[in-house]
Amino acid sequence: MVAVKETVEQVKELDVDQYKYGFSTDLEVDKAPKGLSEDIVRFISAKKGEPDWMLEWRLDAYRRWLTMVEPDWARVHYPKIDFNDSYYYAAPKKNAAPKTLDEVDPAILDAYKKLGIPLREQEILAGVQTSKVAVDAVFDSVSVVTTFKEELKKAGVIFCSISEAIKEHPELVRKYLGSVVPVTDNYYATLNCAVFTDGSFVYIPEGVRCPMELSTYFRINEKNTGQFERTLIIAEKGSYVSYLEGCTAPQRDENQLHAAVVELVTMDDAEIKYSTVQNWYPGDADGKGGIYNFVTKRGDCRGANSKISWTQVETGSAITWKYPSCILRGDNSRGEFYSIAVSNGMQQVDSGTKMIHLGKNTTSRIISKGISAGRSQNTYRGQVSAHRKATNARNFTNCDSLLIGEQCGAHTVPYLESKNASAVFEHEATTSKISEEQMFYCRQRGLSAEEATALIVNGFVKDVLQQLPMEFAVEAQKLISISLEGSVG
Amino acid sequence: MATVTPLKTSAELSLNAQAEGNKAVRQNSFARYAAKGLPHRRIEAYHYTDIRALMKDAPAPAKAVGVPPKDFVFSDIDAFVLTIIDGQVASDTAVGLAGLSINISHEAPDDGLAPHTVFPSDGDPIIALNAAFVDQTLRLAIDGTVDKPVLLRFITTSAVSAYSRVVVEVVDGSSFTLIESHECASGGVTNSVVEIAAGHDVLLVHIRVNLADKNATVLTSLGGRMGARSALTSGNFVIGGALSRHQVFLRFEGEGSTATISGASMLKDRQQADTTLVVDHSVPECVSREHFAHVLDGEATGVFQGKIIVRPHAQKTDGKMMSRAVLLADGATMNNKPELEIFADDVQCGHGATVGALDDDLLFYLRARGLPKPEAEALMLQAFVGEALEMIAHEGMRERLESLSEVWLKARG
Repeated sequence: MVAVKETVEQVKELDVDQYKYGFSTDLEVDKAPKGLSEDIVRFISAKKGEPDWMLEWRLDAYRRWLTMVEPDWARVHYPKIDFNDSYYYAAPKKNAAPKTLDEVDPAILDAYKKLGIPLREQEILAGVQTSKVAVDAVFDSVSVVTTFKEELKKAGVIFCSISEAIKEHPELVRKYLGSVVPVTDNYYATLNCAVFTDGSFVYIPEGVRCPMELSTYFRINEKNTGQFERTLIIAEKGSYVSYLEGCTAPQRDENQLHAAVVELVTMDDAEIKYSTVQNWYPGDADGKGGIYNFVTKRGDCRGANSKISWTQVETGSAITWKYPSCILRGDNSRGEFYSIAVSNGMQQVDSGTKMIHLGKNTTSRIISKGISAGRSQNTYRGQVSAHRKATNARNFTNCDSLLIGEQCGAHTVPYLESKNASAVFEHEATTSKISEEQMFYCRQRGLSAEEATALIVNGFVKDVLQQLPMEFAVEAQKLISISLEGSVG
Repeated sequence: MATVTPLKTSAELSLNAQAEGNKAVRQNSFARYAAKGLPHRRIEAYHYTDIRALMKDAPAPAKAVGVPPKDFVFSDIDAFVLTIIDGQVASDTAVGLAGLSINISHEAPDDGLAPHTVFPSDGDPIIALNAAFVDQTLRLAIDGTVDKPVLLRFITTSAVSAYSRVVVEVVDGSSFTLIESHECASGGVTNSVVEIAAGHDVLLVHIRVNLADKNATVLTSLGGRMGARSALTSGNFVIGGALSRHQVFLRFEGEGSTATISGASMLKDRQQADTTLVVDHSVPECVSREHFAHVLDGEATGVFQGKIIVRPHAQKTDGKMMSRAVLLADGATMNNKPELEIFADDVQCGHGATVGALDDDLLFYLRARGLPKPEAEALMLQAFVGEALEMIAHEGMRERLESLSEVWLKARG
């Protein structure tokens, strides 16, 4: 089957030449010298006023990185990256440690306003947005402001930039940083360990349900810079947090590298819901420019009955290389991954997830929808594994892809590894798996088989999108009407 | 950046030594293998079957042809038997069948560089090794309908390496059944490659059975090219071998063809069997179906890697791939990688993979009806394997494989 007309139109609206966030902000910046060396690592650490242990950690990572080889297994192609040809630190000059919003460069506030992210608490309260969201705004290499900090503090929640956390809460950072994604996990993660500049830190104490959504908005503004952010979220026993991440970048002809590391830790009965709307600049229609998005995201369900869920809507980046994963260590823990990846133009996406079942009675669910158009290549790559002791592990995976046009490609590379006889893994394509009862119900009410299928499948996509908090649903709303008729497994 | 140069394993050293005597003839193929050495888990195609670690030694090729075992499981199958012992054709090739002509040649075989090759052009190490060491190529030319199946009985008689190569050419409108049976003695290594080039309107049946000793290594490859409106059914059955890998590389080159590829592996103890499959839809309107079943007991490891490629313009392709595995013991492992690579938009492709234990509810149902547990399990497993064996398009062979599976289940107790 070929894609239906509405779907084609919807995807067109997301095409690379429709990129709305391509403006750049002129600012005086404080940059590190171009290139990468131990001196640059020291420079970044000094800029951040970090303690010695942090500098040592970075230097160790840098030395290890030098011995590592760039991975080439992903289905993405790009010219070799010259890691010495970019700036590893760029911060707006006027923004040296602002205490209040009034001290923040108005140009930056304007930029965020343009992006639809109000940073002034009164604006947020004045009803610009319907519900409260605390935002940590990261602009190039620094966090410019974090809103609602006081209110969160009352609840005992720590929400601040990671640089601040290193200074204010070193015991927590030392305990958890690198405990989910080890320093030598992979080439880009190790690079990130050496040169990460900012990102968010969240700590939810025992039994606390975070009173509002937390979010970080990443913006790359400066030319020739890479952004290396680091996010660490810890949910103590019985706590809950929903965290959102958004990202955009100006339209530029050169490729910029974004290599982030996100680590999540959940203790007993805790839950983290992590949502991303990734909208980095995808490059132009001929594939010139765009962000290389090489990201390592991993959650560790350390405690029993804990839960981590990843939801992502991916429309940006020239190249995406991203596998938000869950380590299901605690008994009865649960991992979820919901993803919609739309690729257009010359974009290349190699994304998916890993569900690693270690504990007993662990369950995971993967729902992935890939839509490729133009000359893009969209690959789902996912691993589900059950280790020897993962008794009664359960996984259900469903990955559908849809092609629009003759020049694009959609690929599926699932890895299912089971070492436990009581583990049950199922990997299926849904178009053939719509329940008989639902079909019967719809058809009984006069819908044709095709209409009924469309209705059910659309409802299903909506399900994925409903995992996204409303605040971020604007981008995602557009995708809702995309029908996945004619999708292939 | 630092690169790691691994030490050569004893199997690799042994292969290098054997190449000395072979150098002049098939230097290129050996060089292609040697450039990478034996494949290991960092090579994506061998991620789950780390031959470098699993193959302890590479015995030298046999100096003289050994004595084959007397008993042959398929002796009562009505077929034209060609016996290949330790890599040498032992049957009289002058006696033929109507529609079949046989000859033996010695030219350098395809290692992935020949024109129209279906083998990976970046050099599959198993095929490169075969091309480097094989002595003779058995050529079968099929013209018209061959009444009897041709049964290739591959035997490796002792702890030696046996390399064999069979090239089958099937002209337009022919119909042909090819059966491969592999027996390999303890410590032996069998490496066989069968290439089939089918024209238009051809009806092809292919069956491969691995009956090797539980301490043997069996590496087999099938390369197939299909013309228009042709049909192929290929079935693979594995009960033998410590380490076995069966590779299928199939390419549709004419429109309107179909292929059904199935397999059943029943493994126990520390056996490991790998099925690696690449079905390349390079033209429109072809249909492929893949169905694989693994029954894994003890500490056995099953591997299924299947890939359906749909090239640009191969519209109206219909491809479905299914891999199912039952783990009977906690020590057993199943690794599944059903891949799709699609470059055309008007196609229907799907894949499914399941791994799990036997269904408790069904087991309970059978036991409630008075079946003891082992019998109930055997019944369910028989049905499970039967689904894959059902696709074998030769009645006699299908029945024989069904009874082999029954014997396996009985032995489990």
